[in-house]
Amino acid sequence: MSLDETIDALKRAFPDVGASEFRGQRRVVVPREAIHRVLRALKEQYGFDMLVDLTCVDYLDYPDATDRFGLVYLLANTETNERITVRTFVNDPQPSVPSVVGLWEAANWLEREVWDMFGIRFDGHPDLRRILLPEGFEAHPLRKDYPLSGRGERHNLPVIRRGEA
Amino acid sequence: MAVGLPRGVLATRLDELVSWCRKNSLWPMPFATACCGIELMATGASRHDVARFGAEVFRFSPRQCDLMIVAGRVVMKMMPVLQRIWLQMPEPKWCISMGVCASTGGVFDTYSVVQGIDRFMPVDVYVPGCPPRPEQLIQSIIDLQEKIQREGTLRGREFDDPRRQEPPRALR
Repeated sequence: MSLDETIDALKRAFPDVGASEFRGQRRVVVPREAIHRVLRALKEQYGFDMLVDLTCVDYLDYPDATDRFGLVYLLANTETNERITVRTFVNDPQPSVPSVVGLWEAANWLEREVWDMFGIRFDGHPDLRRILLPEGFEAHPLRKDYPLSGRGERHNLPVIRRGEA
Repeated sequence: MAVGLPRGVLATRLDELVSWCRKNSLWPMPFATACCGIELMATGASRHDVARFGAEVFRFSPRQCDLMIVAGRVVMKMMPVLQRIWLQMPEPKWCISMGVCASTGGVFDTYSVVQGIDRFMPVDVYVPGCPPRPEQLIQSIIDLQEKIQREGTLRGREFDDPRRQEPPRALR
């Protein structure tokens, strides 16, 4: 089944799915409610057996943007070497999507990174902890409303003086 | 000399002698987290040869070191590790902040990078440069040797003076 046929079949099965193409890269936009079913179908019926990347974009203050966070799933079919981008959008407050760790084990750390940097909850994730920032860090620093130099988190570190040993 | 010392006998203050021994046998702890570490290695290698100044014995256990060389940027998550290693070093001990990243954060003015390690731990000598050349690091070691000779005491508590306890508040 070619990629065109895959996308046509996907649109028949899920009428809400929109498809587009940019410089030869095919992508589908899925409403948040259907994201897990679409990803499951892509894996189990259309052979996209590899999750290449899972990341997020913050569209705060972006011209013409209607939703705040865009989640991006990059999938690959290792049999046919086809690739597809799946996008969905979530919004404040408490943005969340279903976890796909059950489909691709690779999603485990990627979802932890998106949680760490953007604060998007992945419902059903087995171990949703911070992965890069230290424990106890309050903010999600890749959000566009987070200041570049931080909110003073590093100033809470203990100070060691001369003579302490 | 008027006191008539025998040949081969030198009279000095014990304090001076101990400081002289200390300053010429610094054992550095290389805390290298970035490109400054490469220059640090070059400083230890044969071309620049920091052994000429008695500081070639790089030890990777803090218990055996008395000179911490922080070479590279330190992030929030690394700072507790750096402080722990510093506390594990026995007194007397000194610290060189090598390069602009360790000294001020450098170009990394972000939420995660510590904007100068001296906000959270003591520093004796700052070395500018990005990264500094080995000659600059050697100069800082020479400067530190002068400081050790000037300030050293036998008690090993050179810095008990309460005026030196507080880090510069304006910087924090």
